[in-house]
Amino acid sequence: MSAITDTLVITKRQLLQLARVPEVLIFSTIQPVMFVLLFRFVFGGSIASDQPGGYVQLLMPGIFVQTVAFTLAATASGLAEDMGKGLIDRFRSLPISRGALVFGRTLGDSLLNIVVLTVMGIAGYVVGWRPTGGLFNTLLAFLFLLAFGYALSWTGIFAGLLARDARVVQNISFLITFPLTFLSNAFAPTTGMPRPLQYFAEWNPVSTMVAACRELFGLENRFGATAGSFPSEHPLITSIFYMFLIMAIFIPLSIRKYASKSK
Amino acid sequence: MKTVIAENLIKTYNKGEVKALDGLSLDVEEGTVLGVLGPNGAGKTTTVRILATLLTPDSGHVSVGGIDVVKHPDKVREIIGLSGQYAAVDETLTGWDNLVMFGRLYHLGKKASIARADELLERFSLTESAKRPIKTYSGGMRRRLDLAAAIIVKPKILFLDEPTTGLDPRGRQEMWGVIKELVDGGVTLLLTTQYLEEADTLADDIAVIDHGKVIARGTSDALKKDVGGERLEVIVEESQLKLAAEIISRISGTSAHIDASIRSVSAPVKNGTKSLLEALREFDDAKLHPLDIGLKRPSLDDVFLALTGHVAEEVK
Repeated sequence: MSAITDTLVITKRQLLQLARVPEVLIFSTIQPVMFVLLFRFVFGGSIASDQPGGYVQLLMPGIFVQTVAFTLAATASGLAEDMGKGLIDRFRSLPISRGALVFGRTLGDSLLNIVVLTVMGIAGYVVGWRPTGGLFNTLLAFLFLLAFGYALSWTGIFAGLLARDARVVQNISFLITFPLTFLSNAFAPTTGMPRPLQYFAEWNPVSTMVAACRELFGLENRFGATAGSFPSEHPLITSIFYMFLIMAIFIPLSIRKYASKSK
Repeated sequence: MKTVIAENLIKTYNKGEVKALDGLSLDVEEGTVLGVLGPNGAGKTTTVRILATLLTPDSGHVSVGGIDVVKHPDKVREIIGLSGQYAAVDETLTGWDNLVMFGRLYHLGKKASIARADELLERFSLTESAKRPIKTYSGGMRRRLDLAAAIIVKPKILFLDEPTTGLDPRGRQEMWGVIKELVDGGVTLLLTTQYLEEADTLADDIAVIDHGKVIARGTSDALKKDVGGERLEVIVEESQLKLAAEIISRISGTSAHIDASIRSVSAPVKNGTKSLLEALREFDDAKLHPLDIGLKRPSLDDVFLALTGHVAEEVK
């Protein structure tokens, strides 16, 4: 199938870019590792947690989810850059399948996420994070994180296709993902938030993902279950639903936008 | 056989507010070069984008290689090569990376893609820079690499949108050399340009476009005849304008044009250099010392002036 080869060639292009400019890979792993250290040592002491093993157990799933959510900004700006330079026109004038460029890029972003999550996992382990859910569940949690990152990268693709300028789209993506990851149970219990924000936080896909990962890492989900709502009781199922919902909306939208010729 | 045919193309932007193409028609005979000449905003890029399947016209008919572009864009993509106004290559990657990647996207297979990349880099004198990121390339090198990417699968039909805009004279010369070679190889080429000289050098046939329409069509010689070919121009002291005009008119055989604001006298001439020598001798005899004297080739502005009565204006 040439569609698959096309997609892989595009993915390879992204890996080559990383090889040619290794700084990108270095900085995209340094930043989350920095977050791990900052939260662990700055907030870890002051955020009360009766969790055995301490705050870091609750923190790590939060930071994992935040990190995969942040990569959508890179997806969006990378694509916007291609658009701005006319590279997209070249790709579109090639006899390749319509989806190859966007599918290839989402795949490349997932590969990057594997590297980043691995480095973060090691950093977490060094500062005391110990998943207790068993090997299978731990790997499953990472698989879910990758899947979540993959689903989210489609929102980045769509944003990148709409954008006019790579820097603008990066800033906008950040403006959306930053509050989204903090208005959640990722770093602090939602119970301390004003009531309306609590509702938002409970239904926030970031919260359901964090709660799901905590479960798989063998934790009781103490940050989430405040009101006994469906998403906090069934985080895994809700997260899976969210992923499919995001992809069901943004994959067709993106492909249509990419293929649309009369701009 | 006409390999590229566009009939009555209309394309508007912003819900009809901006008319990019207003009934444009053109065609290219197989194995020949058509130069599409026009100022910025005349519709050159829109035309190329439609022919290369990147845009759909609002109305009109387009066929490339006998295939309807609107109905079967995928089939058209297999037989065309496109190189746009801006180098459309991945700047982070090396020249070699880019060509191999595009080769693979043309489904050449890995080995063949590598072989073709090496061959094209050699042919476009880029072998030395093959393993350097495109970011470090000069403007001329980028354009050559972009052109190389467009001809990976040896397309029979090639579209080049302003291939030398923004290049320095040397870069332009090198680019012309490469394009000429391709044309000698039998490719059918449509190229757009803002430079009459470029169309003159490369094209068999020229279509002049303005406001989304073809306003003149013909060989370079025919167009030049309309415009008046080369002009002899001399700049003199203000008091000598009249005398200079008499001399120039005599040499030209037509009455010279005087532009007092820049103290210039000019007229079309047939035998460029011979007329220039003659003028110099006559000026010397008349003890008249021009501040500047020379032959001017007609520019795009001159063509527009001759064809439309107005200079080429940029449409935003």
